[in-house]
Amino acid sequence: MRARPARVLPGFSLSLGVTLLFVSLILLLPMTSLIGQLSSLSWSQYWAAITDPRLIASYRVTIGAALAASLFNALFGLLMAWVLARYTFPGKRILDALMDLPFALPTAVAGITLATLYSRNGAVGSLLEPLGIEVAYTWLGIALAMAFTSVPFVVRTVQPVLEDLPAQADEAALTLGASNIYAFRRVILPHIWPAVVTGTGLSFARSLGEFGAVIFIAGNMPYRTEVVSLMMATRLEEYDYAGAAAIASLVMLVSLLLLLAINLWQGRFYRRLHGGRH
Amino acid sequence: MKRIGDGAATRAGLIGLAVILTTLFLVIPLAGIFYQALVEGMAPFWQNLTSAFTAEAIGLTLLIALMTVPINLLFGIFLAWLVTRFTFPGRRLLQTLIDIPFAVSPVVAGLLYLLLYGRTGWLGSILSEHDIQLMFAWPGMVLVTVFVTCPFVARELIPLMQAQGSAEEEAGVTLGAGGWTLFRRITLPNIRWALVYGVILTNARAIGEFGAVSVVSGSIRGETINLPLQVELLYQDYNTVGAFTSAALLAALAIVTLVIKAVLEWHTHRREKTA
Repeated sequence: MRARPARVLPGFSLSLGVTLLFVSLILLLPMTSLIGQLSSLSWSQYWAAITDPRLIASYRVTIGAALAASLFNALFGLLMAWVLARYTFPGKRILDALMDLPFALPTAVAGITLATLYSRNGAVGSLLEPLGIEVAYTWLGIALAMAFTSVPFVVRTVQPVLEDLPAQADEAALTLGASNIYAFRRVILPHIWPAVVTGTGLSFARSLGEFGAVIFIAGNMPYRTEVVSLMMATRLEEYDYAGAAAIASLVMLVSLLLLLAINLWQGRFYRRLHGGRH
Repeated sequence: MKRIGDGAATRAGLIGLAVILTTLFLVIPLAGIFYQALVEGMAPFWQNLTSAFTAEAIGLTLLIALMTVPINLLFGIFLAWLVTRFTFPGRRLLQTLIDIPFAVSPVVAGLLYLLLYGRTGWLGSILSEHDIQLMFAWPGMVLVTVFVTCPFVARELIPLMQAQGSAEEEAGVTLGAGGWTLFRRITLPNIRWALVYGVILTNARAIGEFGAVSVVSGSIRGETINLPLQVELLYQDYNTVGAFTSAALLAALAIVTLVIKAVLEWHTHRREKTA
């Protein structure tokens, strides 16, 4: 089977042609303009554009909030995946369907809803205010919006792995006298943690780029609650296309590296699962 | 058969925690959308829902979805066929390229198109000599939406078609079936639920896309404002009821999406069990 099989099935040239046409027109052509725009900048101009102090503050805000959001989702996603994969109870189907809500709901809708609920006189914000917790127009609000929009990643990567885990593994551990917590840590966790890492990584990548849900609750105060996506949008509104392109090139580089790392990680994980075959 | 975490207290505790957190985190915001839309009664809700502004926004939203979904449906099928039925150099690279829209910020997507087709872009300046303007007009909004949603169908099809293998199609070829017959009689019946699922995801994202679209829209009233942009515009104008009326419409569509998805999953699950 190692020898290249002859192409038995029809449609190779047609599907290759359609795919390459589409990829060139929709994906690659727009990138040429980014490169064109960047080449109009000298190195020092490029460096100045990506190290503007207000922008650096936004890197910090975005990365910090995305980290917090994806860590929350790692825990929440693990809990939800476990409950949905292991137990049956009334209303489970509804709970399962709800996990996809953040993907189905437009981000702008999530944004205005969270901003309204968590504002000082909103339904939830008014309860938190006496406790001294401010969410809207703070860093916490940004993390909340990011966490909301990336809920499904961890749940949906871990859930199928848990469902595929055979019952014998559990039984063996429990029969040998392991406690529940010890058995979970030693039997279940080694099996699912690659999926947890993958899901958390995807959630982090998505959070870094989130725009619609974040801008309403963030308040967008310079140096304090601006995210990188907003900085790009702001540059564009100022017609500083070169500045926006400089930030975009950095954002794309980081996203691609993250994606590549996640794919490599996933590849390794599957190779291990399938005993060296690929 | 006893399994880890099957103790009554653990079970009840974990289910309880899951329900409480989901309620706080997802259900309350969802309910909040409808509450805010109806907080001043039915009359203003109805007035906003039936206003000409909303009608135009709905029209543009539907137009974008109607153009995006077929394009990406076709592309998704061709791409999935290509990468799961043939091996060729660059196959991996192609699959990674397709993930780009999935990984980058939607603002970057809008920006790429603005740089290309805007006045200063090399293609945009050629087109504007012929009086064709794509940016700050609906064709630009369609283009960025196609970009943002292009991975969805392919991502649903590829794992399924890979798992199914090509034995059935090869048998078809041996029996003398042509390409179209092969697709219609063998491939399509095998992938139809994944296809429907991919279409639903594409459609949901096409209707709800905000970041990419806002960059290329220019917010021209009556021309380039779709529902998510209308939500933003009304919200910034302190017309909360108006914003949440359109938001409720989008949330209702999201709920429909979730229901269809749940039904499809239940369907495929049952098929797997009986098969």
